[in-house]
Amino acid sequence: MVVILGGSLAAACAAPGSGNAQATAAASSAAPMSAAPTCGTEPITLKAYYETGFPITKALSDEFAKQHPNVTWDIREDQFAVITQNAPRVLADDPPDLMRLPQVSELVKNNLLKNLDDYAKVFGWDQWPASQLEQMRLAPGGAVRGEGSLYAMGLNFSMTGVFYNKKLAGQIGMTTPPETLADLDAALAKAKDAGLAPIAQFNGGATGGLAFPLQDLMASYGPPAPINEWIYQKPGATIDTPSNLQATQHLEKWIKAGYFWKDVNAVDYATMMSRFIKGDGLFMFNGDWESGNLDKQMAGNIGFFLMPPAQAGGKRAAMSAPLTFGIGANAKNADCAAAFLNWVATDAQARTIGVEVGGSHPMGPADAPMPPVTAGSVTENTLAAGAQIATDNGAMDFIANATGAIYAKSWTPNLQKLVAGEQTPDGLLKSVQADYQSQVKGG
Amino acid sequence: MKAAVQRRRNWAGWLFVLPAAAFYVVFVIQPLAMTVQYSLYSWDGIGVAAWNGVQNYLRVFTDPDLFAAILNALKLIVFFSAVPVVLGLAIAATIRRIAASRLALVARTVIFLPQVIPLVAAGITWSWLLSSTGLVNQLLTAIGLEGVTRAWLGDFSTALPAVGVIGAWVLLGLCTLLLLAGMSKIDPALYEAARLDGAGAFREFFSITLPSLRQEIGVCVTVTVVAALASFDIVYISTQGGPGNASMVPGLEIYYLAFSEREVGLASALAVVLTVLVIACALPIQWLTRDRSS
Repeated sequence: MVVILGGSLAAACAAPGSGNAQATAAASSAAPMSAAPTCGTEPITLKAYYETGFPITKALSDEFAKQHPNVTWDIREDQFAVITQNAPRVLADDPPDLMRLPQVSELVKNNLLKNLDDYAKVFGWDQWPASQLEQMRLAPGGAVRGEGSLYAMGLNFSMTGVFYNKKLAGQIGMTTPPETLADLDAALAKAKDAGLAPIAQFNGGATGGLAFPLQDLMASYGPPAPINEWIYQKPGATIDTPSNLQATQHLEKWIKAGYFWKDVNAVDYATMMSRFIKGDGLFMFNGDWESGNLDKQMAGNIGFFLMPPAQAGGKRAAMSAPLTFGIGANAKNADCAAAFLNWVATDAQARTIGVEVGGSHPMGPADAPMPPVTAGSVTENTLAAGAQIATDNGAMDFIANATGAIYAKSWTPNLQKLVAGEQTPDGLLKSVQADYQSQVKGG
Repeated sequence: MKAAVQRRRNWAGWLFVLPAAAFYVVFVIQPLAMTVQYSLYSWDGIGVAAWNGVQNYLRVFTDPDLFAAILNALKLIVFFSAVPVVLGLAIAATIRRIAASRLALVARTVIFLPQVIPLVAAGITWSWLLSSTGLVNQLLTAIGLEGVTRAWLGDFSTALPAVGVIGAWVLLGLCTLLLLAGMSKIDPALYEAARLDGAGAFREFFSITLPSLRQEIGVCVTVTVVAALASFDIVYISTQGGPGNASMVPGLEIYYLAFSEREVGLASALAVVLTVLVIACALPIQWLTRDRSS
């Protein structure tokens, strides 16, 4: 007992965390890679940490092992919330070769992720459209995102916008998707008058789903670049801008007009999906990770459009983010993991899995072959939307990803208060900006 | 010689205590000491921590969000503690009067059932019952009270009370059972004497039952007050602290701070404050309800 007490006292004398071995800043290796790394021919076991509920990772892993018989997988799965909490500890104590990543700033700050610049060069990832990798680049020290070295890779990238129920749209005479925000407003008003629920959305618990329409409205009223700068924690960036205020006021108008369900503050994501699929709700602000699911459950009855701009003919923007995976700084089989990530983006079979199982656009060069999709399906719509966003350069990260805690601790409570009439649009933006500043400074 | 044997016997006693004491030190004392230590640092849980003095404690008392969470926990005491103890007394007294009948057995089982169900399952069930289309609103509509129906867990004014109702439902069984056990210990001769003196049911209850249950009530109040202050599971499952921060409690806030905001120091400071608060509430209750006769 004395020994135990003595041990804990000794540990108590040092500052917490000082005992952890800190990898030195992961500098690029002295000699650049001469040849693209592979998984070799010797038997090799890749240790992976995946998110539960995403069949795409399992499908890709199985196909990779089929094509590379020497590779076997050792896969662990958890809910995303669990991964978010465990990521630093797992990467520090038992680094996986491949891991689904939460917000990466903190991980890079603590040197827990492998710098992928060398792989990017040797595989030619740096020749891909820059916007695909932008969100996974971090300046030295992890302070600012959107520039600097590459620390993660996507398996595909998702696209968000507005899904609509075609049958209900027919009831209010909407035959083509709205071209402007005014068109959308008119459709919402018509739906309300017809006794339909205009918008299916969730805003309960710790995930305020009204952030989806809010960010879409922000992109309708203003350019996406300043929003991205805010998410990337560029010095001096603010969310409290005049065009964002207009967007928040517009959202408040929708709330007051009764376009959302009355109990929206108690609706979680799963409830929203089941109600929308049952036909309760004309529009739903969501992402293409549901494309495959909706094509199956509402076959022929489901459409998708990108958020229309405030001005006719204006550029479109959308939240679009890669399904991020990283390699542990001290991973044993980093080369093989990198080869896998490259294979996911370039192998024809892998790209087909990415679209069919994942529902989203694969990563890779702009001219890479696209697998065929069913004509008229919503998957076809969302893939086409991805192409338009690329042309309009309108990809934004999600405002909920600015810091690790901004969604649960700031956007969500403030949006819930806005619904209940306990917060003003101006107060909402000021409150979120204040939380952001304290988190960026403190984090 | 005798003294030496005595001493050896003392040593043997300590040897028996050692395994339990070691566990206690490693799993209770050490984490507690570490929490106090962490609370004085600013730490993200991974890198090297920076000394922060009492700054974290100042924030616990000055940050309106953190302080509101502590206030919410105090409000929950009404639901978690007052309701189950008062209602539990009434139910236990009733069950005791019909003790011999089969109904008493059924009532006991039904009331104790919530204690057996995992809190997470209870939370999920109640969030269905309290949803906008749930059973509670259906019943209200059926009796013509459609005007008051709402998403009880998603409404700013009702979220915290709704969480409280779930807690009351869970803890009622525990209190009833404890009090019932206490009642069965009371000498029946006392009741007989009271009845001979012409006392009615109410007089019996207030003059005999209630005073005899002092210790059981003490245990009930202590356990339920601690449950209110340290509540986590029910809130996490049913509202996650929302809407806004209307049902945020310290237990949940500590979890968010440590694992989503990665402010381990601030989370530890709030945990220390919560621990002190729990002790500050539990000690007077213990003192007030202890058995004066012994």
